[in-house]
Amino acid sequence: MVSPSDLTGVTKPKSLYAKREPVFPKAVDGRFRRLKWAIMAITLTIYYVTPWLRWDRGAWAPDQAVLIDLAGRRFYMFGIEIWPHEFYYVAGLLIMAGVGLFLVTSAVGRAWCGYACPQTVWTDLFQHVDRLIDGDRNAQIRLQNAPWTASKIARRSLKYTVYLAISLATGGAWIFYFADAPTLARDFATGNAAFVAYATVAILTATTFLLAGFLREQVCIYMCPWPRIQTAMLDEKSLIVTYKDWRGEPRKRGTKKATLEDLKLGDCIDCNQCVAVCPTGIDIRNGPQVGCITCALCIDACDKVMAQVGRPRGLIDYATFEDAKAEKAGETPKPVLKTLLRPRTILYFALWAAIGLGMLFALGERTRLDISAQQQRNPVYVRLSDGTIRNAFTVKIRNMETRPRRFAIGLEGLSGATMWLETGARDRADRTVTAEVAPDALGKFRIFVIAPPGEETRDEFAFTVRALDPEGGSDSTKAVFERP
Amino acid sequence: MADDKKRIDVPTGTETMGHEWDGIEELNTPLPRWWLWSFYATIVWGLAFMVFYPAWPMLSSATKGTLGWTSRGQLEQELAAEQAKKAPVLKALAATPIEQLPNNPALLQAAVEGGRAAFRVNCVACHGSGAAGAKGYPNLNDDDWLWGGDLKAIEYTITHGTRQPDHDATRFSQMPAFGRDGMLKGDEIHDVAAYVRTISHQQKADAAARRGGAVFAQNCASCHGAGGEGNRAVGAPRLTDAIWLYGGDAETIQATVTNSRFGVMPKWGGRLDPATIKMLAAYVHSLGGGEGAAPVETAAK
Ligand code: SF4
Ligand code: SF4
Repeated sequence: MVSPSDLTGVTKPKSLYAKREPVFPKAVDGRFRRLKWAIMAITLTIYYVTPWLRWDRGAWAPDQAVLIDLAGRRFYMFGIEIWPHEFYYVAGLLIMAGVGLFLVTSAVGRAWCGYACPQTVWTDLFQHVDRLIDGDRNAQIRLQNAPWTASKIARRSLKYTVYLAISLATGGAWIFYFADAPTLARDFATGNAAFVAYATVAILTATTFLLAGFLREQVCIYMCPWPRIQTAMLDEKSLIVTYKDWRGEPRKRGTKKATLEDLKLGDCIDCNQCVAVCPTGIDIRNGPQVGCITCALCIDACDKVMAQVGRPRGLIDYATFEDAKAEKAGETPKPVLKTLLRPRTILYFALWAAIGLGMLFALGERTRLDISAQQQRNPVYVRLSDGTIRNAFTVKIRNMETRPRRFAIGLEGLSGATMWLETGARDRADRTVTAEVAPDALGKFRIFVIAPPGEETRDEFAFTVRALDPEGGSDSTKAVFERP
Repeated sequence: MADDKKRIDVPTGTETMGHEWDGIEELNTPLPRWWLWSFYATIVWGLAFMVFYPAWPMLSSATKGTLGWTSRGQLEQELAAEQAKKAPVLKALAATPIEQLPNNPALLQAAVEGGRAAFRVNCVACHGSGAAGAKGYPNLNDDDWLWGGDLKAIEYTITHGTRQPDHDATRFSQMPAFGRDGMLKGDEIHDVAAYVRTISHQQKADAAARRGGAVFAQNCASCHGAGGEGNRAVGAPRLTDAIWLYGGDAETIQATVTNSRFGVMPKWGGRLDPATIKMLAAYVHSLGGGEGAAPVETAAK
């Protein structure tokens, strides 16, 4: 490695702005590349296929397995249905995603970036398109430098068409999460979908085309805030992609045999394969850097080279800073599992799991029937001609089942009181009234309660609700009856 | 400054900024060019905005912008759109006689909501924001009506008002000022008030009340009914209940008998269109005391 005291050189005036250096990553095979393939296949399949999964919820609710119904203000996810008042589940998921990112980063560095980040996944996909159409790295460079002949134009048009097709599929898939996919697909194709659907597809197609097709590593290095946070999340116990310079240096190629005859050489044969395969175009041998997304493709490349020259694999490898120091000193590094299990990661994991378990518990405990009552405050009470006092309440019953239900609303306490629905009549006032609530809806009922005048100016009582179907279920809510 | 400390960082080949903190030096990495172009693009966007939309402040107003957009114009457009959305409802309301409103629950619901808004604008000054009234201004939530409490009667009262000079169809109640005009003597007034308080169950019958009963039969029963049950045809209030427009204590009743009381309400016909009056009537009817006609349907969703 170079020590700061070696940093010398003459400053030369330079432009404040730099052109993007095109990156032509070489195809590589190996264990991490295969892992990346698998993750890419899984994530893309999830993204494109999920909206088309069906889930039978009965006649009264949509049968799309995952649906964000903004107009109806419902979020359906398989057997779970989230109402707006349960938005904390969504907040909980977001917190879990955040803590999960902390967990992954403190354990294995920017692995999220390297494998699962949408920017990486689509960039990777587009790079495969490049390879399919233009050929591998060298052919791509050659084509880049070639003059604009008919064949180059043809190749480029073909490539951008494929880019566009993928982008369109990507932007298109997004809107299917917000409406019934088959219906929307038909409407979209026939020009009958809402304007916002076309606008969303247009914007997402454009961003996919631009970000995955052209900006690529520029997003990871300049636009994304995560690498900056990540530098603070990493510590000496995090597994990151490391070039073991004490093993590799000095490099073989370029060394002048005459002057360095007796120098003990390192394992690195300076073949530059690790640089050639890097999707962000950096040289990991310069040490950890913001541009590295921890995708480990350089490990695959170098392992192959090491196999060819008959040296052990792992000149570039996942290693913690502590491991690196230990290995350098000739000790054996800790096994991977042990480096993953440490107080910090365990704490993150415990936090992550606790939120998840808490939400699961809450999901299991939540009721599908719920009553609340709000007293009309203006005026608080009304004196009727026979001397009785009338209060008005707005009673809300939440029917979270996907079928219409009939309910009996009753009074608990408040002796001598009767009530009627606004839709009923006083001459049929009673201690209970029945009401029907549409499936998956909030029923709002204005209820008049009359009670004889009394000494008490405030009488506490309760509204109860009981489902009148075989499944049953009940709830109650406290209320106050006020008199002059 | 530290220019002389600038140098090339060997591993990256990048110039340093020339300063150093705790052994850490900053690289002078050039910004990507697309960043610069994005920046220029935002400038162009901003300039275009200034051309297309009002932007430059001049002495009295701002430049107009070539698109002719104004916030006031947009507001007018939105109001017009809102009006257009309401038009079919208003048309249906105008075409439906008020007593048939309950047959169309959706329309009735719309009328009640519209009436709620119209009430806030026109009626709260006298009847209060919750329509609970005040001394001399009837509470519209209760079930006691001077002129009738079904939809049609309420609509009529709103349209023609009470005691509107030069308007033939207006409501007109007429109670003599028994004391001021010398029709009853002081002790007779005292007695009749005691009688009225007896029939409204506010006090037990006593000698005064018994004497007052005779005075009532002679002077008051013609309008208020033999038992004090009131008469909506002439707007004579029921005297047997617990609801008092001006107060049910002995002094207030005596004052009422002595000087009479004349409530006034504007006639809204002509000032408000018939559809709005219908909406107001539907709203007042829905407050809890409305008579006849099955009231508003407010089922879920
Ligand atoms: S791939 Fe390995 S051997 Fe080749 S240059 Fe990189 S570190 Fe050295
Ligand atoms: S240096 Fe290696 S791990 Fe980092 S981005 Fe490049 S190929 Fe991936």
